Amino acid sequence: MKIHEYQAKELFARYGVAIPEGKAADSVESALDTYGKLGSETVVVKSQIHAGGRGKGNLYCPDSGEKLLEGGVHLARSKEEVEKFAQTMLGHILITHQTGPEGKEVQQLLIESAVDIKREMYAGIVLDRAQRKFVFMVSTEGGMDIETVASKTPEKIVKQWIDPEQGLTPNQAESLAEALNLTGDQIGSAVAIFSALWTAFSENDCSLMEVNPLVVTGSDKVMALDAKINIDDNGLFRHPELKELNDPSEEDPAEAEASKYHLNYIKLDGNVGCMVNGAGLAMGTMDIIKLYGGEPANFLDVGGVANAETVANGFKIILSDPNVQSILINIFGGIVRCDRVAQGVIEAMETEKVEVPVVVRLEGTNSKEASQLLSDANFDFIVADSLGYAAEKAVSAAGGAS
Amino acid sequence: MSILIDQHTRLLIQGITGTEGSFHGQQMQEYGTNVVAGVTPGKGGQQALGVPVYNSVQEAVESTEANATVVFVPPAFAAGAVIEAIEAEIGLIICITEGIPTKDMVMVNAALEKSETRMVGPNCPGLISPGKCKIGIMPGFIHKPGSIGVISRSGTLTYEAVHQLCQAGFGQSTSLGIGGDPIIGTTFIDALKLFANDDETNGVVLIGEIGGTAEEEAADWVVLNNFDKPIVAFIAGATAPPGRRMGHAGAIIAGGKGTAEDKKSALTAAGIHVVDSPAGIGSTMKEIIS
Repeated sequence: MKIHEYQAKELFARYGVAIPEGKAADSVESALDTYGKLGSETVVVKSQIHAGGRGKGNLYCPDSGEKLLEGGVHLARSKEEVEKFAQTMLGHILITHQTGPEGKEVQQLLIESAVDIKREMYAGIVLDRAQRKFVFMVSTEGGMDIETVASKTPEKIVKQWIDPEQGLTPNQAESLAEALNLTGDQIGSAVAIFSALWTAFSENDCSLMEVNPLVVTGSDKVMALDAKINIDDNGLFRHPELKELNDPSEEDPAEAEASKYHLNYIKLDGNVGCMVNGAGLAMGTMDIIKLYGGEPANFLDVGGVANAETVANGFKIILSDPNVQSILINIFGGIVRCDRVAQGVIEAMETEKVEVPVVVRLEGTNSKEASQLLSDANFDFIVADSLGYAAEKAVSAAGGAS
Repeated sequence: MSILIDQHTRLLIQGITGTEGSFHGQQMQEYGTNVVAGVTPGKGGQQALGVPVYNSVQEAVESTEANATVVFVPPAFAAGAVIEAIEAEIGLIICITEGIPTKDMVMVNAALEKSETRMVGPNCPGLISPGKCKIGIMPGFIHKPGSIGVISRSGTLTYEAVHQLCQAGFGQSTSLGIGGDPIIGTTFIDALKLFANDDETNGVVLIGEIGGTAEEEAADWVVLNNFDKPIVAFIAGATAPPGRRMGHAGAIIAGGKGTAEDKKSALTAAGIHVVDSPAGIGSTMKEIIS
């Protein structure tokens, strides 16, 4: 689960990570109110969306498509400027290299006192899957895309792998500070921040934490100027308070709806809908649709129990996408028998108004009985006995190869 | 032969009195797996599936000489259950549970590294040596004894591969689901090492998916160790959008890393037969071994 920068900074503040003074605002009035209260002449107005590259993104009018502003993060030097930026950002669409072409609507701003920056650096904590440990990374190259730094100048990223029993040790925190060429009071300030970041990461089941940039201020304090936090979905059950930070407006409505039915759905751009049991087979089904010249409309894993209810819910979600021209149901029946799944598909066809061609491929236990049931039913199913044939039929039913 | 499990496996079921544990426990017994005991804290002294239930893994191992355990414990308690099994020095742990927090798995891994215990999973269907022993949730009857080893990060896609292998006339020595999480116990490389030393295994099917670099590491290992049994590989997720978690916690392209394309080219460069279509796994193996 992703959270907004302002939420991540609230978490940072609770752990003693130094951050600029500021507050979130969801209206022009509250942005101006915060400006007044901060008392600093120059502030930063930052669009809050779940995507990186906000500074280099552009704002567009959702109705006319007109470009309104370059950059989703701006310095404002007066009340009038705060008002102008808040008006141009709020309710408008921010497109960055990470949002996709549809962009995201800015519903919140973060208004912060501007900070006197001496140096920009990077700090982050991620999982190193190969080492099976969390790794704390720092770089002198702050404010840049860290993936670019990693691919072009990997030597500029210094890492410390964290022993889960000891946590980030004071020695490790110090060597990270030294790797950033910090001096004097800056070192103690950085060590304190690194320890606080690790504690916040660990206590909140984070899966990713990035501070880019981490800065040295004019008074030699180390401070988190930006904050990005992802929470491990599997750890959320331990943190009901973090669950509250979820912003449903950042999700695709169909995906949010699917999660209510405990279905794993991801919307894509194609026109062949698919419903599959198991995540790997669901990805494989998308891949084979593409191989036959079509484009998958979605990823949908209905899980282990493919019964009338889950199939009906699956149909609802798939058909909420107007692009869908055909549906491919691919179920490998193991412990769940195929004839039961077929019965479920037939019942779901009766309850949902499915008007696009449906290709069904059921393999595994009782697959022959299942094919018979489908053939005898009062619907024009295209019954397929192999994965390749199923994909070919689903693609041609959707209007052929693109 | 086969790898990891066979007719001599004496299985313990952690969570035997739960819905999943008792259902799949019975399925395993029907397949012929020798289930010797169960563990559910607080239910020691009872019987379940015709075997004694113990309060702790330690007690169960001491009383029954169990040499493998399968974990059907809910995510919040699964890591604790696995660590308990490691402390009881059981040789093999198969963790089926999906949804264990990554932080917990980092702790489990640290405990595994200090032990002699091997773990398969979590978030996996388990493993089966057809005709000998089944530990997990896969449908036993789709498998046939034979000479192909299967290693996979997926569940139903593994069944698909096994089904195709049987249609092409191949049985399996052992089929192993290694799990869809970012941190797993037994990796592709670990399984390849075991299949390399298994006389009965003449070929391997490797099913990977987007996310991480385990497939690339396996490709390097195959080259460095001159693994000479033919491998057919499929990587799921060529059409998956970056930055999205595709069902499995570990199936995500992050920062441009972990794409199907990268994995396929690494495997191809290692001389592995990579199929683009998940429908071509069995037929490709047949073309290679005939």
